[in-house]
Amino acid sequence: MTLTARRRDALAGWIFITPQLLGFLAFVVAPLAAVVWYSFQDVNLLAGTSVFAGADNYAKLFDDPTAPKVARATAIFCVGLVVLNLALALSLALLLNLKLRGTTVFRTVFFSPVVVTLVAWTIVWNFLLQDNGGINALLQTIGVDGPNWLRGNGTAMLSVIVVQVLKNVGLNMVLFLAALQGIPASIMEASQLDGAGPWRRFRSVILPMISPTTLLTAIITVAGALQVFAQIQVLTLGGPADSTNVLVFYFYQQAFANHDLGYGSALAVVLFLVILVLTLLQWRMRKRWVFHES
Amino acid sequence: MAYQRARLLIAAALSAVALASTACSGGAGDDQNIALRMTVWTTDKNQLALFDSIAAEYRKAHPEVASVKFDVVPGDTSAYSAALTTQLSGGNPPDLAWILERDAPDFVQSGALTDLKPTLDKTAGYNAGELVPSATKLWTKDSGLYAYPFSTSPFGMFYNKNLLTQAGVTETPDQLLASGRWTWDAAKQIATQVAARDTGKAGLVVREFEYKQWVLLASVWRGFGADAWGPDGKTCGFATPEMTSAMTFLHQAIFTDKALPGPGTTADFFAGESGLTIAQISRAGLLKAKPFEWGIVPLPAGPKANAQVIGQAGIGVPVKGKHAKAAADFLAFFTDPANSAKLGQYFPPARDSLLNAATLAKANPLFSQEQLQNVVVNGIKTGAVLPSHTGSARIASLVQSALDPMWKPDANVPAALAGVCQAIDPALSQ
Repeated sequence: MTLTARRRDALAGWIFITPQLLGFLAFVVAPLAAVVWYSFQDVNLLAGTSVFAGADNYAKLFDDPTAPKVARATAIFCVGLVVLNLALALSLALLLNLKLRGTTVFRTVFFSPVVVTLVAWTIVWNFLLQDNGGINALLQTIGVDGPNWLRGNGTAMLSVIVVQVLKNVGLNMVLFLAALQGIPASIMEASQLDGAGPWRRFRSVILPMISPTTLLTAIITVAGALQVFAQIQVLTLGGPADSTNVLVFYFYQQAFANHDLGYGSALAVVLFLVILVLTLLQWRMRKRWVFHES
Repeated sequence: MAYQRARLLIAAALSAVALASTACSGGAGDDQNIALRMTVWTTDKNQLALFDSIAAEYRKAHPEVASVKFDVVPGDTSAYSAALTTQLSGGNPPDLAWILERDAPDFVQSGALTDLKPTLDKTAGYNAGELVPSATKLWTKDSGLYAYPFSTSPFGMFYNKNLLTQAGVTETPDQLLASGRWTWDAAKQIATQVAARDTGKAGLVVREFEYKQWVLLASVWRGFGADAWGPDGKTCGFATPEMTSAMTFLHQAIFTDKALPGPGTTADFFAGESGLTIAQISRAGLLKAKPFEWGIVPLPAGPKANAQVIGQAGIGVPVKGKHAKAAADFLAFFTDPANSAKLGQYFPPARDSLLNAATLAKANPLFSQEQLQNVVVNGIKTGAVLPSHTGSARIASLVQSALDPMWKPDANVPAALAGVCQAIDPALSQ
């Protein structure tokens, strides 16, 4: 019994991907399927009972007075985070791409929060952002009476966004930096010879050349923004008055604090669909603005 | 060849199934080598050491119990409840669980806990009849007892004598109590005085409230005759005139008199950062090293009542636990009269025979007999447990976010309170 070369290759291929495939099935597909299944059940965690509930959990979403607030908070967080993160990451990358002394040090400084544990980072910021915390003490020295960052309606959301941006901006910065350094020097020189000023070069040469990276960073930042949890849990618990109650935190509350696993799972399925649609949209629209793709 | 391979495959599959089933059956239902696990909501080393010593004593007489582990779940009450529920539903139920009063109705009603009454009744010398009814009420359903009320801890007002003296307070809460003038207004006056001295110290701190755990404000509003909901649990109590007057008092104390630190400002009484604090008596362990001169008095009288408030924790045996019978037996030992007396130094007992100042004093060197009588004995006998309700976590988060607009200097208190009722009415009527 001998295998043909083609078959042998196929077998080797299967053997190579099996561990990854098994992991994917066990830790991604199976839990996802379970969440979808739970979303059609009325689960009582304490009693350990589960009854088929049809689409009740999804119908509940439309009657839930908190749901619109959660949708609003999620949208504000997502847009705020993506805009601020990408703008800051690109600006830092542009600055650090200049051949100046000390850029390596700054690159390390801006990247270091990425490797810090998320919860540790957030707890430190929680201390700093308290009404009698470090930031207001600093503001006091220049005579400014700082707001109560984590308790104000607008400032709570702003604080959560900024803490998250500072944590992760380094990663996008490095990606942008790599893209900037990948722009052939000849193109830049040619544009200069053609008389393009710095702004024109940025808009018409650099931005189009790094657009594949912009697409990548946008996709991962949007998906990441929609999945924010620990920061909310540590900093605001969704308050004040649900102004920072984002979708992941809300479904955690429903499933694990309120013991309503069915409704929590329905919310998780909605989140999954939102991320899927947004990612597909970005992917479909790439041809309009991403270089190499048209 | 193909036939051989198929046989090999079947053999491999069968052995895998066999292996898996033995792995699953290991431990379940064993009468020997029982490993008990109890989830606890405390990180206090002294308390854990006491638990361990009681467990060690039990194991001497019960060789079938190989170990008793007290599994510390850190975090606040919400985190603890979430962790416990996750363990129960995730197929990893503890054999015994410390249950907070806010979760009592959910746990008792759901049928998740074993009825302890048969075990306690047949345990020699247990004397279950002496358990104080006000303490067992929350854990009772149809004459069954679904958790033992192992800590019935009244709230009291601790005060820092040094800070009060420095602030020029002439009459201490103890003196005011003795002369019958220990009221909420008097407490606010003292707190305002302490906070007004520009030393960075806070006046009065409702411990662990932090503008989130609103249920702890029951220690204030009950004196005004208010409560979160009516006795039947169906009518919202937030929009009543009594609640409005209690919350207006609190709002003024926070934002006008600065008697309480505002939202986002942290101050720990036990670290000497505030003049007064409302806390459970079981927190007194934090004063063992005597960081400053202190005293403790009952909660002040309000305009409507001299209301004392109790926080409770029960220990229950989850039905789903692997060793429910052994766990119930251990619980009967853990909470028998002798061990209840030992536990009494941290967790006031619900046993009538132990509820007198003289007995409590033996286990509580930190308190005087007078303090024990005033705060603990009277507190347990006359007080009412913090508000609880089925679906308490959901109601708690609804109230928390509806109350948020109130914690601002220019808040409209009655409007915010009306908003609370609007938010929780559907949940209460369920």
